[in-house]
Amino acid sequence: MRTLKLVAVSAGLGSPSSTRLLADRLLRAARYRLAEQEYAVDVEVVELRDLAVDIAHNFVTGFPSGKLREAIDTVTGADGVIAVTPVFTASYSGLFKSFFDLVDPTALTGVPVLIGATGGTARHSLVLDHALRPLFAYLRALTVPTAVYAASEDWGSGGDEYTEGLPARIDRAGYEFADAVAARPAREADEDEVVPFERQLADLRLD
Amino acid sequence: MQFGIFTVGDVTTDPTTGRTPTEHERIKNTVAIALKAEEVGLDVFATGEHHNPPFVPSSPTTLLGHIAARTENLVLSTSTTLITTNDPVKIAEDYATLQHLADGRVDLMMGRGNTGPVYPWFGQDIRQGIPLAIENYALLHKLWREDVVDWEGRFRTALQGFTSTPRPLDGVPPFVWHGSIRSPEIAEQAAYYGDGFFANHIFWPKQHTEKMVRLYRQRYAHYGHGTPEQAIVGLGGQVFMRKNSQDAVREFRPYFDNAPVYGHGPSLEEFARETPLTVGSPQEVVERTLSFREYVGDYQRQLFLVDHAGLPLKTVLEQLDILGEEVVPVLRKEFANLRPAGVPATAPLHPAVTAAKEA
Repeated sequence: MRTLKLVAVSAGLGSPSSTRLLADRLLRAARYRLAEQEYAVDVEVVELRDLAVDIAHNFVTGFPSGKLREAIDTVTGADGVIAVTPVFTASYSGLFKSFFDLVDPTALTGVPVLIGATGGTARHSLVLDHALRPLFAYLRALTVPTAVYAASEDWGSGGDEYTEGLPARIDRAGYEFADAVAARPAREADEDEVVPFERQLADLRLD
Repeated sequence: MQFGIFTVGDVTTDPTTGRTPTEHERIKNTVAIALKAEEVGLDVFATGEHHNPPFVPSSPTTLLGHIAARTENLVLSTSTTLITTNDPVKIAEDYATLQHLADGRVDLMMGRGNTGPVYPWFGQDIRQGIPLAIENYALLHKLWREDVVDWEGRFRTALQGFTSTPRPLDGVPPFVWHGSIRSPEIAEQAAYYGDGFFANHIFWPKQHTEKMVRLYRQRYAHYGHGTPEQAIVGLGGQVFMRKNSQDAVREFRPYFDNAPVYGHGPSLEEFARETPLTVGSPQEVVERTLSFREYVGDYQRQLFLVDHAGLPLKTVLEQLDILGEEVVPVLRKEFANLRPAGVPATAPLHPAVTAAKEA
């Protein structure tokens, strides 16, 4: 059975970071689910904080540094991506958006994505649906239905009679994501195709 | 092998003095730079084409015609001619005229241009960039080879019984390069016609150049023009030199840090590591330039960018002296020693140029 590669992108800035913590927990839930089905799983976390300067340089020069290129290749080569951002000024952080601005818009087509966000108050939880989900819809990724928002208070409370607690939401999201990853056929390495010149001419009816 | 310089023609403030040259100064300086290139024994001068500030070269054949009148040996070229937004009929006429005036010392490089608004300014649509490059060049190619042309395409008024005048000098059209950073369609186009492929190379990591040149060479052979090694390749390069490496770095840093395109980003050292930029001694430039053939193979033309980012004329002329005295003579010898038999030393020169050389 093939090894599945899961990559989490964390835009957390602190150390320790609750965004990273959420990314790790989501990865763990997905991995657990896949292990149950006897998949071999490889996981990797891309910390955008370490790439912040390289990301800014890419905007200035138009090309990624070696380190950033590797990170982008890691994300676009994954069988599934977990993307977690802190909420800054009512949306994803600028660093998070900047990273995905540098990903080729076709590179995540059809790739299962699990989105998550963290913030100081639960009142920002819709950021998942008004900011992150449209971003990955544009990238034509397969965003799983459950997205996880963790407010500060979630880390110290359970669910109540009306709402599931954070661990239950993480498990549900992780399972949905794992099932989407397992269901998807292996990705083929994409090679640049040459369109023969005769066909380019024929398309213009110039042959 | 041919060595030369290519200019973008930017009017940029000198960050060390705060002074900005006028357009008039920049144009006159460009001529002085071209004349100096001939004086120090370089082979090629190429100008960019731009239709917006802060650039001056909107009328390349006017500039090149003037330089042609004041030089004897320099090959005049472009970097690039906008095949997308210029009328191919006008390109055919302008460059054939230039070819006559310069006694054959002309070739040109086709490019698409990367300034979005230029397309609408000239009545075109940037989304049609590649199809425009393909159709317009197909027409240009025909206009220079067939005396009477009937033509119907998607982008231009049809032509019935049209003759582009003057006809190319001695019936030999100017040699054409196709320039591209990363569009495989353009490498394919160059290969199809057996034309040259020029990789801009500068400001980017070498990966794109390596990939595009490999593709061009394979397809050149596929279309039966020769072996992959015989395909005609040109490369850009970017250098700043002083006798001592540290002096070069110290002097160039403020220009680097404030340069349009890449300034205010990575450090000079990082950029020099990631792209072909070489700032150092003439020997370092020789070594770096020789290393290019390790990933593109033996190639026919090397153009350096030496006059951008607000560098004053005096400095640029000094750079040309160093290139002419200490860099290019060594490169000529080293590249010639390394080049296997059967690989052309230069792109095809116009027979009038070859004859003048032998005379």
